[in-house]
Amino acid sequence: MSVAPLATADPAAVRPVLEGRELTKYFSVKRSRRIFSGESRLFAVDRVSVALAAGTVTALVGESGSGKTTVARMLCKIINPDGGEVLLDGEPVPKGRPRSYARQVQMVFQDPFASLNPIHRVRYDLLRPLKIHGLGGEAPDQAVAELLHRVHLDPAEQYMSKFPHELSGGQRQRVAIARALAVEPRVLLADEPVSMLDVSIRLGLLNLLADLRDREHLAILYVTHDIASARYLADTISVMYAGQLVETAPSTRLTDSPAHPYTQLLLSAAPDPDRIEPPSLAGSGAPPSLIAPPSGCRFHPRCPHAMAICSAKAPPSVTVSPGHVASCWLHVDPSQRGVEGDGQAAGATTDSTYQRPVVASNDKHHLEED
Amino acid sequence: MSAPPHLDQLDASSVRPPKLSDPVLEIHDLSVDYGFGREAVHAVVDCDMVLHRGQVLGLAGESGSGKSTLAMAVIRLLRSPGVITAGEVLFHSKPLGGDGSSETIDLLRAGEEGLRKVRWSEISVVFQSALNALNPVITIGAQFDDMLRVHRPHFSAAERWEKGVQLLEMVGMTGDRMRSFSHELSGGMRQRAMIAMALALDPQVMILDEPTTALDVVTQREILEELMGLRDRLGFAALFITHDLSLLVELADEIVVMYAGRLMERAAAASLFRAPRVPYTHGLLHCFPPMHGERRPMEGIPGSPPDLRALPTGCPFHPRCPWAMERCRKEMPLLVRLDGSGREAACWLHSGDATVPAELALPDPGAGALRPGARTSSTRRSAP
Repeated sequence: MSVAPLATADPAAVRPVLEGRELTKYFSVKRSRRIFSGESRLFAVDRVSVALAAGTVTALVGESGSGKTTVARMLCKIINPDGGEVLLDGEPVPKGRPRSYARQVQMVFQDPFASLNPIHRVRYDLLRPLKIHGLGGEAPDQAVAELLHRVHLDPAEQYMSKFPHELSGGQRQRVAIARALAVEPRVLLADEPVSMLDVSIRLGLLNLLADLRDREHLAILYVTHDIASARYLADTISVMYAGQLVETAPSTRLTDSPAHPYTQLLLSAAPDPDRIEPPSLAGSGAPPSLIAPPSGCRFHPRCPHAMAICSAKAPPSVTVSPGHVASCWLHVDPSQRGVEGDGQAAGATTDSTYQRPVVASNDKHHLEED
Repeated sequence: MSAPPHLDQLDASSVRPPKLSDPVLEIHDLSVDYGFGREAVHAVVDCDMVLHRGQVLGLAGESGSGKSTLAMAVIRLLRSPGVITAGEVLFHSKPLGGDGSSETIDLLRAGEEGLRKVRWSEISVVFQSALNALNPVITIGAQFDDMLRVHRPHFSAAERWEKGVQLLEMVGMTGDRMRSFSHELSGGMRQRAMIAMALALDPQVMILDEPTTALDVVTQREILEELMGLRDRLGFAALFITHDLSLLVELADEIVVMYAGRLMERAAAASLFRAPRVPYTHGLLHCFPPMHGERRPMEGIPGSPPDLRALPTGCPFHPRCPWAMERCRKEMPLLVRLDGSGREAACWLHSGDATVPAELALPDPGAGALRPGARTSSTRRSAP
């Protein structure tokens, strides 16, 4: 197994297998307990675009409530988007969740203790998708054994007749992955697949996903709140904040030179024993309400670099370097800021008062503290 | 730190943490079973540790390693069928605002009355899920009121309210939150309220059982910084329990690693991180992908955590250990002090004529090695 090479090519150049364009989802919420109070809209996901290419892992990173799981569910068509479209091989996918779509796109859920039916044996769980999709051929048991082997549960015969409660968390999640692989999908959507597992077995599971990407050329979406594991596994990382995409970049570039202040905040907060300087948070506060989000950039109330324009207008997506896109006014040339926000016109210009690397901003804070 | 000074702790000089040699909580040979007789599951076996005054002692382990069971046993909050089968927990009480005289209480032999004097007022606990720990049907203020009415009977109602407001402000919340119910608070704020409540009676020891595990990283960092700042100001000792060893290395002075109910290693945080001596610690440290540098394939620890109902013979880690020897399969290693250092390890590789693998014999940077957390606290302490 190998760790992903740093993607050098522009991800947009590779034609994605599955693509979500400007996906939007809102939920209606009652304003108060009164009957005629009317409803407000909670924008869980607001115009988020993701592209999953074969043989790559794309990570979607964000805090709880940022909408990352909702994006994955829309891609899987478990919930219908209220705006935007899902494209499979560049073609808009049909309405509903037809079997032909499920054959291509499968999902692995966060909690392996809840996603496997406790009254069925592993064999039943894995036979079901084979039966439903008319796969498995003459020897379904052998197909099941093959599936277990693919997720490194050996000897397969032993695991086939087990109930979920007889398996550890890691083994259960492997069964859940095997179930998703049963239909030979091309896209695997993994929603926090390791967050419920013990630390010592998380890497084993991440390595399995990397293996599936390399050997079977799957397109994988890895939804997580753990930016260190995203850096380890993914080729590309997209960071979400309050329902919007704030930054997308090849994974090591994103963690080494984050361009968006929110990404910098996330990185400054992540545990890192190798840190030389004491950690100092690059910002403060909590994510905003999604019913009445802040005007302009949704991060501006917490942003240490916020300017006047940030609260007035939503920032455009700016290409900071090839494959590295950030939605932030700091990367728009000051002379262009007055112009109607157009990402292409503005190059990768950095504001002079703004220090890009996290380390630099840490130093600054440290001096102020002293 | 801009928070107002603590009510009972206005004299800053008296709260400076004393030197490390002064123990506040000593745990000796503590064993805890779940159930009785042959069916019993040994959740904690012969655990020894010492928490010093003003120290942050980290207790790391995976789920099922017995770390929470150990903490609950220490303050006798263990629920049936948990049974403490052996051991001694000595609490050397020297109230923070007191005259400096100390009194030793054996918590495992203390009666209800004795425990009542210690629980919450001298040893407080912050649990992982604040939503379950806070009362959902009364306001935060009412909960402060409840506690203070019992423990500070001389306070008037107005004083109790005032104290509650001060405590909330101390942990970075606004006083109007006294009127909130726990479901009206965000996860971070609930945990802050919980910490405020745990600090209300100036405890000497705070047990933090995965206090930030359910929170987002940014909130986690904010709360931990707040907590460490308070520790520096108020001088309580903390037993910090978590599965996140990478976080612990940044926070704790000393770390104890547990596996299958047994202590595997005890060392200063920097020593443990830079030069682990036990294969399990070594493996656990390699479970956290780094945030910098070249990306390399990492393996984690093969196999899965043990089932306490069917532990392997000998060292419980031997089926997953890359360096397991014949002896490891037969005999359980004891936690022994390693030569020439203040650290302890339970591993046969460090005894007799066994050759220590290079990975487990890295030079120890020493307990005095500069650690990020240590540096911050010292600058904070010396600040006027």
